[in-house]
Amino acid sequence: MTLSVSDVELLKPDREVGIIGYGAYVPRYRLPASEVARVWAGGQGGTPITEKSVPGLDEDVVTMSIEAARNGLVRAGDVDPALIRAVWVGSESHPYAVKPTSTIVAEAIGATPHTQAGDWEFACKAGTEALQAAIGFVGSGMARYALVIGMDTAQARPGDALEYTAGAGGAAYLVGPAAEALAVLEGSFSYVTDTPDFWRRAYQHYPSHGGRFTGRPAYFKHVVAAAQGLMEALVTEPADYAYAVFHQPNVKFPQTVAKRLGFTPAQIEDGLLVNEIGNTYAGSSLIGLTAVLDVAAPGDRVLLVSYGSGAGSDSFSLRVTEAILERRQRAPATRDYILRRVEIDYATYVRFTRALRE
Amino acid sequence: MGVPRNWRLQQQRYRLVGEICEKCGARIFPPRDVCPECEVPAKTPLAFSGRGEVYSYSTVYNPPRGFEEFAPYTVALVRLEEGPMVTAQLTDVDAEQVRIGMPVEMVTRKVQGGGEAGAIVYGYKFRPAIGPTA
Amino acid sequence: MRDVAIIGVGQTKVGEHWDISLRHLALGPLQAAMADAGVARADALYVGNMLSGELAGQEHLGALVADFAGLRGVEAFKIEAACCSGAAALRMGYVAVAGGLADIVIVVGVEKMTDALGPDATTALAMAADGDYEAAQGISFVAINALLMRRYMHEYGYSHQDFAPFAVNAHRNATNNPHAMFRFPVTAERFARARMICAPINLLDSSPICDGAAAVVLAPADAAHALSAAPIRIAASAVGTDALAVHDRRDPLVLDGAILSTRRAYEQAGVGPEDIDLFELHDAFSIMASLSLEAAGFADKGQGLRLALEGEIGIEGHVPVTTMGGLKARGHPVGATGVYQVVEVVQQLRGLAGANQVPNARTGMAQNIGGSGATVVTHILERMVD
Repeated sequence: MTLSVSDVELLKPDREVGIIGYGAYVPRYRLPASEVARVWAGGQGGTPITEKSVPGLDEDVVTMSIEAARNGLVRAGDVDPALIRAVWVGSESHPYAVKPTSTIVAEAIGATPHTQAGDWEFACKAGTEALQAAIGFVGSGMARYALVIGMDTAQARPGDALEYTAGAGGAAYLVGPAAEALAVLEGSFSYVTDTPDFWRRAYQHYPSHGGRFTGRPAYFKHVVAAAQGLMEALVTEPADYAYAVFHQPNVKFPQTVAKRLGFTPAQIEDGLLVNEIGNTYAGSSLIGLTAVLDVAAPGDRVLLVSYGSGAGSDSFSLRVTEAILERRQRAPATRDYILRRVEIDYATYVRFTRALRE
Repeated sequence: MGVPRNWRLQQQRYRLVGEICEKCGARIFPPRDVCPECEVPAKTPLAFSGRGEVYSYSTVYNPPRGFEEFAPYTVALVRLEEGPMVTAQLTDVDAEQVRIGMPVEMVTRKVQGGGEAGAIVYGYKFRPAIGPTA
Repeated sequence: MRDVAIIGVGQTKVGEHWDISLRHLALGPLQAAMADAGVARADALYVGNMLSGELAGQEHLGALVADFAGLRGVEAFKIEAACCSGAAALRMGYVAVAGGLADIVIVVGVEKMTDALGPDATTALAMAADGDYEAAQGISFVAINALLMRRYMHEYGYSHQDFAPFAVNAHRNATNNPHAMFRFPVTAERFARARMICAPINLLDSSPICDGAAAVVLAPADAAHALSAAPIRIAASAVGTDALAVHDRRDPLVLDGAILSTRRAYEQAGVGPEDIDLFELHDAFSIMASLSLEAAGFADKGQGLRLALEGEIGIEGHVPVTTMGGLKARGHPVGATGVYQVVEVVQQLRGLAGANQVPNARTGMAQNIGGSGATVVTHILERMVD
């Protein structure tokens, strides 16, 4: 007998928690999708996005996470790093297979030594998986603050459809007491199954995927279930939300799922960045949320739904507070990073991304 | 440079931690435990802001071993806003756009890639300041 | 304390010596200097060298060269102070004789750089800089000098072409020096076209990677006339140091180490800049030549280059420099250079410089700089009047 979604409870800790600070990072290089088409498709056919971000030679998930974390802490204000008891980075492109990205980030922001610092992995929802855990960590009273990061330097097989969209970037969130928050967590939810839509074996450089199988049985099934489950548990509906942010592997999927769930294009517009920076994988929905927080008004309710292949979705309902007005100006806006762009050609892109393989 | 040697330098490399002299207020980077101005012991840590300006710069086309993957890259003397000068690479900027006096900020980047199996070395570089939203 | 004299010199041609190993390279000039001095033995041997460990896998050069030169058993050490290892070795030889602890001391500067591949030589040379805070950033030694040159041009309003006279002068003098590596003249026009190495430094601003060795024999001055027909007195031997890293200097464009070294040397010799007839300065890069002229008191801060532009650095000028080609054209086998400089001053003071002879040269100064200025060793030499 299967349990219906409504039989399952909302995820909510005993203590109220929220987001104290947030920060984004996008590298400055852009590969137009038309370049991929030029090299692989004779310039023919459409492109799923306009351009994607590419990390520079000296960038990786560690360096990008450190910058997003610093932005997050600057927004949070006077937080003693010693009180951050977890630094958790979720990614599909951690530089080491063994040696956590999180320890390096923790050291760089001064959170060591009294901290957790393991890495997280669940394809594109590695960051929100860490966020769920951080909510519990802080909500239980075990920690005053926890820092979570979703960040990727996404790699795609040359010539594969994913090469058009596999981008680099992500975001950091400092989770702490709701009383200090710029956005309060109303509750969260998860929907996870064993669905092999997209994977990468341990010693392979590039992922494999199931083509159209990544649509309905994968992305749509889990995103819809997580979103609907959350809203049922909270007794909210799409009209109650000023903004909704969905995982963005391309432009079509989030537009389609938004419509299916009953959200308008206007509700998802501010958080939809994929056309300009590509799919930042574990950073995707989290960086979309930063763009929303950059413009949201106090009192706005925001829905965040991630998706990670393998597969699962995490959903979160947030309520923005007054504190956002003063804090968001302290660090560069996500749009500042998006507008900081240098176009490169396919050859330069190959040099830059080959550096990540070695 | 070996693993332990890089590890010992982490606080300087990741966070620009230097010292402040309690006696004369001199800001010291890198830390040297004796104040170069008044020559008394100076061990109080101070993390520099990372903001500074370019004092001079040049682009390296023939790198020493271990830096080939990043070449060509621009190196600079950066005057930190607190006073000390540091030597570092510039990043996220085209070589032709660098100017003496350009405001820059510290970022943490890969200094050595480590090849396929080695340890990655992270450290400070400087890039044109992005700064907070106007 | 005794006065010290140079009673013999020897040098090998600077170049790419594929056929000659490090130990053989040292041997030639050492034997020539001993022959020039008329001595068959020595009390001590000091070997100036910077890179033997890194590039030849060979440290412990003191014992090696002593043994190889037939001086087994003699006190012998390798002396290292980056690019001023040669002059540093001379300094230690001077100290031994002046202090009365040795009567005949041989000083050899030797460097073999060409066995190594370019990037390995580049990496090794960067060891003259601060390993933790300069070299660790990927900065090469030429890049450090490029930073200084660019700032100098910015602060004093010079163009890159203004530096041409250093290369032109050095190469002109080298055409008359059979031991020089580059014996072709260079015009200002050729300087303008030269390949950029690390902007603003171009190929003709930079001294070459090369092999070489030079040697001198020291003896107490009061015994010198009995031993040599043309002994040269060391009137001053002085050292100054400065912060290793350029970024730690009081003012990156002022060589405080050179100011200290020169001031101490002038005091010891009882002379001033106006008494110096020729100055073998450390022109590893043209910017260093400019800064050296200023630190030694020949020009005000920022005006060293003006001396070159006004034609004062040639053989007939007020401050003849690089009279046998200097580091630029005679060559810069790093650990040996300091001894070459002194050998050349000796040649000048003995009146044996041929077409490069500085008229009536009585007092010559040789200055060797380690790294970007962290160690500076200055010697002032005088013709010994009978």
